[in-house]
Amino acid sequence: MERPLMTVDALTVEYWTRKGKIRAVDNLSFSLEKAETLGIVGESGSGKSTLGLSLIDLVPFPGRVTKGNIILKGKEVLKLQKDNLRNLRGKEICYVFQDPMTSLNPVKKIGAHFVELIRTHEPQVTKQEALKRAEKLLRDVGIRSERVSDYPHQLSGGMRQRVMIALAIALKPSVVVADEPTTALDVIVQAKILDLLNALRDAYGMALILITHDLSIVLQRSDRIIVMYAGHMVEYAPSIEIYSNPKHPYTQGLLNSIPNIELANQKLEAISGSPPDLLNLPKGCRFWPRCYCAFERCRREAPPLIKSGTEHFTRCFLYAEGRKT
Amino acid sequence: MPTLTQEYACRGIKMQKLKIKKSMLSHLLPGLASLAKRGLAGWLVILGAGLVIAVIVITVLSPVLSPYNPSGLNVGPRLSPPSFQFPFGTDDLGRDMLSRVISGGGIMLQVAILSVIVCVIIGVPLGLFSSYTGGVIDRFISLIMDSVYAFPGLILAIALTVVLGRGVINMAISIAVVYVPSYFRIIRSQVLSIKETPYVEAANAAGAKKRTVLSRYILPNTIPSIAVVATVNFADAILTAAGLTFIGMGVSVEIPDWGWDLTNGRNLLPSGAWWVITFPGLMIILLALGFTLMGEGLSELLNPRLEQ
Repeated sequence: MERPLMTVDALTVEYWTRKGKIRAVDNLSFSLEKAETLGIVGESGSGKSTLGLSLIDLVPFPGRVTKGNIILKGKEVLKLQKDNLRNLRGKEICYVFQDPMTSLNPVKKIGAHFVELIRTHEPQVTKQEALKRAEKLLRDVGIRSERVSDYPHQLSGGMRQRVMIALAIALKPSVVVADEPTTALDVIVQAKILDLLNALRDAYGMALILITHDLSIVLQRSDRIIVMYAGHMVEYAPSIEIYSNPKHPYTQGLLNSIPNIELANQKLEAISGSPPDLLNLPKGCRFWPRCYCAFERCRREAPPLIKSGTEHFTRCFLYAEGRKT
Repeated sequence: MPTLTQEYACRGIKMQKLKIKKSMLSHLLPGLASLAKRGLAGWLVILGAGLVIAVIVITVLSPVLSPYNPSGLNVGPRLSPPSFQFPFGTDDLGRDMLSRVISGGGIMLQVAILSVIVCVIIGVPLGLFSSYTGGVIDRFISLIMDSVYAFPGLILAIALTVVLGRGVINMAISIAVVYVPSYFRIIRSQVLSIKETPYVEAANAAGAKKRTVLSRYILPNTIPSIAVVATVNFADAILTAAGLTFIGMGVSVEIPDWGWDLTNGRNLLPSGAWWVITFPGLMIILLALGFTLMGEGLSELLNPRLEQ
């Protein structure tokens, strides 16, 4: 079997605050194949952005990766020297940030962003060549190439996000991490940006990690989905499985809250309660206070990740050995 | 219209540079005219810049403009009040006050410009480095800067000139020491917020070096604040320089200087010779006012937070 492009093994990220250690990402493992789209879904504070940042070892202070291993193309990311790590960022793993309005340097022209990025990683490229490539990249993401000489404030939000995406694919990375790439955009632009990301993924053969709080976005567009809750991976399955056969009560709750055009009298349901304080987690399963089918065991002990189908993992006792649903 | 690439392709690098320079100028000139459309703040900048430029032009052209030798004794009668021959009167040694007013700003301007340059050279990089590094280093540098900042400016400048001695450069250095902390503090606070912005994070995520992040991303975004602090600082530096010469810590007495004329005028004031102190004093006020107006206007134009 071919080795996956990237494997993440038992990754744990903690924020060491004065009040105590907050485990934002807890013992998370997954793998990423070439040209795969992986969706990471969770609410605010579930650790999905921290997970994304830890992939390039850029978790903001006071956070740190305390355990685990990330292997990209046979290299251990977390053990790289500073210089090698810098080469990896931007060249192997690229990031598309949440807020396109402020993700570009306001005092530099669009072209200058490309020139700097390309010349940082490939110093032999001249400025003219870099600008040429910038124009081609802009055309690839659907922006007229004259725009290289514009300043960021002359572009709309959607265009800026396109520029961010063009910057991310500029050096043909193997992985692009898009951290809520469409949160700041309206629905139509949102769909266009996501389609663009998928089209580029196919054209450039890169893997895409799509981090979002909106399950409906990733259901259509990703191959596999990780559902995160309070730092835990609660469900990990191919997206078709998540859609047709959600196992974890949290995932079921998320799906019930998405309007479905095929159901006439669908009642949208919200999950009651709010996510737990990571400093003060409930004993046992982290989801039981909000779970509609919690039972005695959920309150006592934390469920492990249970294989509940081929390629389907769920962190719930409902699928534990010897129990029928 | 040819696109930018075509231009790049068919012209040499030299031509490009020329073009950039040209386009910068052609960008700046209409910019100046549009200042008037920016409301009160724009007019403040124009008025302030006008005052400053006028004083600088007068000072630079003083050898041509002054009717008499500003240091020449007994060019007229002693203590003659303003007249057609001596529009600003003469002092107790018979020196023409108009000539002294025209040429008395040289030292002060030199000191102010030098001290602002020294301040920018020291304060800005220090603020950038300290703030971006953070931690113990930042606290240590901030502590030193805050202790300097806690001293009353003029008194510290006087103490430093006593140690360093007279002269333009020594005055500039002692004034610079007093005002470096204000640059440091402004830059530091700016960097604290800029270094958390998504575009700096994006630069880090794209593998930029620390040096690149500081010089290409953070420094250019602090330039508006630097411009504002520098203009306000000019006014302070001029007043401090005037204060230093006023108490005799400036340059030697032979060189015409407004500060010295103030001291002289104060002694003569009881005898009714108001003109000796008034005109140099007015010049200092005008110059400081010019810089202050410019600084206030710029800070309103460049600082979006104050607009609301």
